This record gives sequence, C-alpha cells and structure tokens, in this order.
Amino acid sequence: MPRPADPTAADGRLPRFSRAERWVHRCTAALMLTCLATAACLYLPQLAELVGRRRLVVVVHEWAGLALPVPLLLGLGSRALRRDLGRLNRFQSYDRQWLRAVLRRADFRPAGKFNAGQKLYAGWIAGAAVVMLGTGLLMWFTHLAPLTWRTGATFVHDWLALAVGVVVLGHLYMAFNDPEARRSMRTGRADPLWATREHPHWDPAEDEDGDGDRDTVR
Amino acid sequence: MGNVNDDAAQRGTPVGRRVMLGVIGLGAAGVAAGPVLSRALDSVLSGVARKDPTGLTDLLPNSGGFRYYSVTGPVEARSATDYRLTVDGLVDHPASYTLADLEALPQTRIVHDVQCVTGWRVSATPFQGVKLADLLAAAGIQRGAAAVRFSCFDGSYSESLTLDQARRDDVLVALRMQDRPVTHDHGGPVRLYVAPMYFYKSAKWLSGITVTPTVQKGYWEHYGYDTDAWVGRSNGRDDAPTS
Repeated sequence: MPRPADPTAADGRLPRFSRAERWVHRCTAALMLTCLATAACLYLPQLAELVGRRRLVVVVHEWAGLALPVPLLLGLGSRALRRDLGRLNRFQSYDRQWLRAVLRRADFRPAGKFNAGQKLYAGWIAGAAVVMLGTGLLMWFTHLAPLTWRTGATFVHDWLALAVGVVVLGHLYMAFNDPEARRSMRTGRADPLWATREHPHWDPAEDEDGDGDRDTVR
Repeated sequence: MGNVNDDAAQRGTPVGRRVMLGVIGLGAAGVAAGPVLSRALDSVLSGVARKDPTGLTDLLPNSGGFRYYSVTGPVEARSATDYRLTVDGLVDHPASYTLADLEALPQTRIVHDVQCVTGWRVSATPFQGVKLADLLAAAGIQRGAAAVRFSCFDGSYSESLTLDQARRDDVLVALRMQDRPVTHDHGGPVRLYVAPMYFYKSAKWLSGITVTPTVQKGYWEHYGYDTDAWVGRSNGRDDAPTS
C-alpha cells in the first residue's frame, strides 16, 4: 500500500475542512440565523413593535426554514462531508471519557476530529431541525392536518424554537472562546499544536487515504 | 487495525443518530400531546406572568396577555388633536369625527374574551366605545349598500364586515380597552372591536369607515384568512366559544 502523502501543507497547518464543508456550514449558519432573527421579530413583543411588517417577516421566516436543510443535502455529494458526518455519528470510548471529564470538570478531555460535545450538538440540532421543519409545515399549510395536530405543532414549534435559540447561542459562545476552531472553519486548515491538544485522536491523514486503513490513534 | 468501515467495534456506537432520532420522536410525541400540554402550561405561565415584575415571562411562548401584531413598519401615533375618523361611501351624510366627537356619543361597554386566530386568548377584556350601528345610522345607509370597509392609519391594514354583521350590538368603535384609553400599541386612539370574531377583524388604528356595495376582503383575508371570522366556526379552528 502506498503511504499517503503528508497532509501537512507548506504553511505547516493541517487540512481540517474541505471547501464544500465550509460552504455548507456558512450557508446553514446564515439560514439558521435568519430563522432565529425573524422568529424573534415575530415573538418578542419589543422587537415586534420595532419591526412590524408581519407578513414580510413571516415569508422570510418560512422560506429560510424551508431552505435550511438544502446546503447539507447538496453537500452530501462531497465525500469529505459524508466522512465527517460518519465521525459525528459514532461515539468511541474516548468520547465517553470526554463527557465524564466535562461532568467532573476535569482537564483531560480526549477527542477525535470532533469532541463528544460537538457530536451531541450535531445530533441534537439535526433532529431539532427536522422537527422544526415538520411542525413549521403543519402551521404553514393549515389544510395538511386536523386542528389538534396544528395546536400540537404550534406548541412544539414555539418551545423548541426557544431551545434551539439557547443551544445555537451556546454553539456561538463555544466558537467565540476558541479562535483556532473558528479559524479552521474559516480557512479549512488547523494549527497542528491546537489539533494535538484539542483533538488528539484525530488523524488528518485518514482523509487523504480513502480506505481509512490506518490506526486512528496518533 | 483492520478496515474502519468493517470493524463495528472500532467504528463506535451511532450515538449521533440515536440523539437525532430521539429528538424527532420527542417532537412527534409533543405534537400529539401538544393540546393538553399547552393548556396546562398556559395556565401555569399566565399565573406566573401576573406576578412577574421582571417581564421575563413575556419572552416565553403563550404566557398570556396580548401580543403585538402589525403588518407595517413602526406606526406613527395619533393624538386627540390630529385623529380623525371618516365615514363615507354609500351614505347620505359623510362625516368626519374627532376623538372628542366620538367621546360625546353614547358609549357601550362590553366585557368579552379576545381570541386570536394564532391561538392566544385573553379572557374577560372590557372594551368601551360607540356602537358601529349608531355611526352607520347617523350616516344614513343608501340603497345598494351591503358591506362596510374599514381602513387604518398604519397605511396598510384593512378589514370588512357585511352590513348585518356591522349592525350587531357587539361591534364597537372602541375608545377604551381594559378600562383605559386604547393605547397606541393596542391600536389607539380608536380601534374596531368585533366581539364574536377572531381578533384580526378588530382592526387597529381605525381611520376610515366606507359603506360599499359588496364585501371587499381585508388584509389577512387576501392571504387566506376567512372573511366571516366567527370564533370557533372559521379558519379551520374549533376554539371554545368566547364569553
């Protein structure tokens, strides 16, 4: 088996996110923030008084919500993105260790390319997006379902929206506190020292070598 | 070692998928249990909201009370000095009322539940003002008239009623709400109040009453809302009767 080329580029940084992955993240982020901002204008009395224009805000909210899964679905054409979805899905023994360390406020938090918190966030927000889309469609196309469904859909949509808002703010807060993580999502490349510290079980070479035929422990 | 894709132990447990499916399952259960949960939560929250000096409960969904809806940008306030209500169309005596003119007319007070078509309800809310029937009678309805169209000084909103609906005793040109002058946010100084119908019929910032030969759809009715908006019998809803 030919050994894959050293993935480290000339600038000494490690390839972390492909162009496709970064664009999927960017577009999804823009759509999610649009959904949250318009939702706030529809729901918070102070913002509703300031902004008004209810019909326009509703239309923007509906279409941003409908478009929310589109970048990810298009991105499924990318092999790198599919691989990372697989990584987000699968929990290894070090992920349990990471969660235990967080609960005990311990410092040693081993992680693969994504830490257990990022994996839980991805699974939760994906499920929440599906629920928001489903309940949103029931509220939008009122003839789709009987009224009790619509009442239930409105209830779930309202409260889950609040939860999504809090969780996305948490995601932004984590990013705010980790400039290197932001930089790697912006440029696609990560500092090797940061990678060793935050993601010791991540092997960037695994991406280059299509079979994943390498030990994942560095 | 071994191939990552074949070795289940090395691939790890699909926790991400389980979390995602779990959230979807909870969401579906929430939709099914929603009507019951939402009633229970509403009663708890409106109780909390009444005793909440911080106003934080305003940030929660359906915590009771009115919600501010406007179809335009910020609406310029009108006061007693620059407010006018015009009555025109198929009438013998077109008129323009100042706020003082309206206050001088016989007043009717109604205490009734407010039901919004989006689901919230505020129980036993007092409204007071001039019966729309009185203004129409004073204007003198001409032959061929069948409906009334309302326009608003926000520049966009409009509503309509058939003449029969407009002449009901529980349809007011309201000057007071909750026993205070109608505030700007609630559509003051003068708003319509159509007690038996969903609250979108009760146009805020009322500035014009036009008698017309046919019913002209109002703002939300162009987007699919029912023109005859009886509470519990329209818009595909079965809300309990208001009282």
